[in-house]
Amino acid sequence: MSIRALIVDDSSVMRKIVERSLRQVGIDLGKVFEAGNGAEALTGIAENQVDLILCDISMPVMDGLEFIKQLPGVANAKDVPVVMITTEGSESHVVQALSCGARGYIRKPFTPQQVQEHVVPVLGSKS
Amino acid sequence: MKSANEVHAASGSHEGWIPLLELATREVFELMLSCELTGPSTAEETDMDVTAMVGLAGQLCGVLSVRCEGTAAALMTSKMLGVELHKVGSEEMSDALGEICNMVAGNFKNKIAGLAEGCMLSPPTVVTGSDYSLHSQADSPGLEVRLLFESMPMVVSLQIHS
Repeated sequence: MSIRALIVDDSSVMRKIVERSLRQVGIDLGKVFEAGNGAEALTGIAENQVDLILCDISMPVMDGLEFIKQLPGVANAKDVPVVMITTEGSESHVVQALSCGARGYIRKPFTPQQVQEHVVPVLGSKS
Repeated sequence: MKSANEVHAASGSHEGWIPLLELATREVFELMLSCELTGPSTAEETDMDVTAMVGLAGQLCGVLSVRCEGTAAALMTSKMLGVELHKVGSEEMSDALGEICNMVAGNFKNKIAGLAEGCMLSPPTVVTGSDYSLHSQADSPGLEVRLLFESMPMVVSLQIHS
């Protein structure tokens, strides 16, 4: 089954790297949506059903933590797993992200294998 | 990746951070560009016309910068994205070098006890061209790491404010 993914990062280069990493490790990606910040992502997810969200934390307009706090209010986002991908490596950021609803946490820099290790388990039977 | 709590932010001289700055830089290139940096570089830096900068605030205040030649920045972008060199545009190049600088800064602070929690990073800024002077409020000698990326010189420096 193809996975519809939403990649949220203010760097278009990083969005491409995340998408490439997912493909490199054999995740069957279907449609990939992109957003440059949390607000754009909320709009995008309201209009498009996705199976997976990969999200940076530090972004302008709306950061990744605020985005995942607001996500439960979006009908399409119910039960969609979110994996954070960020340079913020502190334990408090990890705890905060997980308590806000993130299902995984990847620190930049990362390898495609690290993406696989964190993404495959949250996809469950969809992977 | 080293999750060192080996050097504390408050510990005396910052000279001891140079190996961590170098390690943080090498790790970013190995993991994100599949590329091993060599060096140290002794090359002159007259042609280094691309500079990415990330500000640090909190327990450590300062500016971390990555400088290199435009051709090196384009090749870094090409390797990062897995695209041919001639397809790299200037906007992508600035974005990529900014992200490299951001990851070096984040990886570096995560290696120093107390900084991962207590130090925030600004979004990266990228300057192209070489006819400029950088004035910072740094009040101690900066740390500098000179390396070679595909035989081209690059400099990573950290200017520290107290």
